Amino acid sequence: MITINILIHVLLMLTMPPLLLGVINKTKSLFAGRVGPPLFQAYYDLAKLMRKGFVISTTTTWVFLAAPVVSLVTVALAGLLVPLGSFDAPIAFIGDAILFAYLLGLGRFFTTAAALDTGSSFEGMGAAREVTFACFSEPALFFALLVLAKISGSLTLTGMLHGPLGVSLQAVSAPLILVVIGLFIILLAENCRIPVDDPNTHLELTMIHEVMVLDHGGPLLGLVLYGASLKLFVLGALFLHVAAPFQFGSAGLNWLLFIAEMLGLAVVVGMIESVMARLRMPHVPYLLIAAALFCGFGFILLVR
Amino acid sequence: MTSLWWILAGIVALLSSGVPALLGPRRSVIRQRLGAALMVVGGALGLTGLALALRDPRPASLDLAALASLGRFSVAVDPISIVFLAPVFVVPVLGALYGLGYWRQSENPANGRKVSFFYGMLAGSMALVVVSRDGVLFLVAWEVMALAAFFAATAEDDLPAVRRAGWIYLVATHVGTMLLFAMFALFRQATGSFALSPVPSEVCGTGLASGIFVLALLGFGFKAGLMPLHVWLPGAHANAPSHVSAVMSGVMLKMGLYGIVRMASLLGPGPVWWGAVLLVAGVSSGILGLAFAIAQHDLKRLLAYSSIENIGIIAMGVGLALLGRSLNRMDWVVLGLGGALLHVWNHSLFKSLLFLGAGAVIHATGTRQIDRLGGLAGRMPRVTCLFALASVAICALPPLNGFAGEWLLYLGLFGTLGTDGGVSWPTAALAAAALAMIGALAVVCFVKLFGVMFLGGPRSGAAIAAHDPGMTLLGPMAALAAGCLVLGILPWLTVPLLDRAAENWAGGGAATIPPILSVAPLSWISVMGVVLMGAVAALGLPLRLLLRRRNVASAGTWDCGYARPAFRMQYTGSSFGQTLAALFAWALWPVRHAPQIQGFLPTATRYQGDTPDTVLERLILPIFHMAERLLPRLRLLQQGKVHIYVVYFLLALLALLLWGRLGN
Repeated sequence: MITINILIHVLLMLTMPPLLLGVINKTKSLFAGRVGPPLFQAYYDLAKLMRKGFVISTTTTWVFLAAPVVSLVTVALAGLLVPLGSFDAPIAFIGDAILFAYLLGLGRFFTTAAALDTGSSFEGMGAAREVTFACFSEPALFFALLVLAKISGSLTLTGMLHGPLGVSLQAVSAPLILVVIGLFIILLAENCRIPVDDPNTHLELTMIHEVMVLDHGGPLLGLVLYGASLKLFVLGALFLHVAAPFQFGSAGLNWLLFIAEMLGLAVVVGMIESVMARLRMPHVPYLLIAAALFCGFGFILLVR
Repeated sequence: MTSLWWILAGIVALLSSGVPALLGPRRSVIRQRLGAALMVVGGALGLTGLALALRDPRPASLDLAALASLGRFSVAVDPISIVFLAPVFVVPVLGALYGLGYWRQSENPANGRKVSFFYGMLAGSMALVVVSRDGVLFLVAWEVMALAAFFAATAEDDLPAVRRAGWIYLVATHVGTMLLFAMFALFRQATGSFALSPVPSEVCGTGLASGIFVLALLGFGFKAGLMPLHVWLPGAHANAPSHVSAVMSGVMLKMGLYGIVRMASLLGPGPVWWGAVLLVAGVSSGILGLAFAIAQHDLKRLLAYSSIENIGIIAMGVGLALLGRSLNRMDWVVLGLGGALLHVWNHSLFKSLLFLGAGAVIHATGTRQIDRLGGLAGRMPRVTCLFALASVAICALPPLNGFAGEWLLYLGLFGTLGTDGGVSWPTAALAAAALAMIGALAVVCFVKLFGVMFLGGPRSGAAIAAHDPGMTLLGPMAALAAGCLVLGILPWLTVPLLDRAAENWAGGGAATIPPILSVAPLSWISVMGVVLMGAVAALGLPLRLLLRRRNVASAGTWDCGYARPAFRMQYTGSSFGQTLAALFAWALWPVRHAPQIQGFLPTATRYQGDTPDTVLERLILPIFHMAERLLPRLRLLQQGKVHIYVVYFLLALLALLLWGRLGN
């Protein structure tokens, strides 16, 4: 049974992420009164990109080629540490939460280094923003992890995320609500969604993630896009544990519930993108500091 | 016992390694090689001794009473000493080999012999500091180390910047030593002798013990470079020859930490605030050290500030261990101290590698200005790979060694939540969030350093002509890089030593120490590291095949339609760190000379920005300038005539006599 759940975990993790992008775009289209691209557009895009040739800038080195590979691998490994729905993660050990955060950090190191590798000042700008904003979202994430560790009494990500169910929710509801808000901001920021970044804009000056990959094309861009959607999936799974810790009695229903929750999260992200504007770049750090404060106050409420 | 003789022989070889060069002609390369060979011999002897000491269950010690007239020559090797000795026997040796190519005596006739002599002296005296078990011997070795570092670091003393950095270092280190004198005086009052032995139990936890602790923290903190006491560090590291900087940063700073760790062990359990103070000092050193590092333009100053950050991380670990000992949580002790000691090794590996890499870049380009470099990856591919590895390691990213040490520390900090239902002190867990911020700031700092220097295109002519150095420089760097990789994949190799060091540190009377592996599954770090590298290879190989099969076109970087892009338009290091530097402006106090641009066709103008050290420039130097103004008035007392001084003696004796009488 466990083997089957691990298989489903890996399969879902590898196949579902591009669908989330489709759902987000469909939601945005509905809000805008358009038909929008098909739900599976991201899959078609990936298939097309994978068939293409390469165009590689003359200034670049091995770092440029390594970055998409490293960032995809790190996100995928991080995804193996996060439990999906009511099921345990395939890999769980004491302290895996820290490895989770640092794997994402390794991906960030290479993505931003590759952006500098192209020698374009726009990409350098995006890289600077990416690493700078992480300085505020990382402490926020760790505050959230501290809260979850304290509530659950566990130091594994699986234990932390399944833990809140075990205690009476009323006693810890206030810290958990704060953590949910903080984690949602982290989710949006780390995945470069509105209000932090606009994945659709073509104005390089205002972008973060998209501007860093301006020079990636063909299969390399495919890896980047797929890795980005995988990151949304992984962080979304983490967020859903805290935001919607529901489960049924049977495994099949639980998987269906998880998929429904994940699609629902994509709809919510799409709705936010439809009704909000992107923040001015100098204001983004304040939003992220706010996320750290939400999670930090949650922590202080808990241990007071 | 034999282990100690091996180590002492190694120390003698290190100390004397510069003598052949000193006695020879100025340009003798053979004498320099002889010195390096002596360093290698010393390192080999010392490491053999350490290996023997590892197998010896009881600490070896030696007490030569025959030298009683000169003070006790009392030395010993225990697990804590082994941890701090290992870098001393590795890094300076590799640095000396590197120096054969980097600071050739034939090319530096003015100071080559001086550097060789004091370099060996520095290495040997550091080893002596760690083994000495007597306060007087300790201070003698300490002073030799401080002075040797001064002379080695001020090799190019014809340059004003070097002289200035040297003076600041000399003043700072002697202020520290003065505090250590006071500390040893109090220590003698507590124990009755200068021997470095545990204080009697009735002194534990008293105000006297706290006084000793505070003095040790300040005195050793100057050497370690904890945040407000770091003033000498950036200048001295930046202006020393790179292999000397590597030894100073990779090894000498750790001597300050050794002092804190040793005294904390001897003083026994203390009040909770000891650990809290170290935690706070560690967090502030970590965050502010990196904030300063990000704002620097000088490659080696940046690395120096990053050393302050790493010292902060180690201090956090020691603070957690102190906290655990006060509250009788031995798992915090083992995780905090284990993480700190592992980080001592890690930092000595990757920071030395970074300094040696910086030396190779300076050698090839002739500049330390990050913003004048760029595109070195194509010109210096080997140095680039080694520097990239060290950058990833220092950001504590898996699968390299920085991660393993910080991971232990994180586990200890998460442990302060009391998740197992035992004693908790959750305030300390806030340090985990701070450590996360330190990690993210380190990524900013080192993506900036690595990316701006090595990637993109050359920003100035200096970077165009660069090329990889020879094996003399690359070999020692490769050895350090291999160390980073091995400790990153197999961190549990250090566990037996770390376990014994923690037991040794906490003292025999304390509760039993849990083994590290029982609280931190380090084998998982190995598994995940191998999986990570395997997965990258598994995805990278098909990509390589694809690159061979598919049509690969080369083109310029997408320029957004601009017709004449140039490499000087690339994002610079300054612009990369600008947002963070602005957010930390309350601490950095950057100096900006921005011109007012007026009119439709403004004339050419200049912009200059700099981030000098806030504590040094805004606090210490103003105090010194004030002293310079006020103190000359005391020259009234200095008449330069002997009989006046004799009168002073007489008056002082009379005053003492009166005081003694009145006291009775």
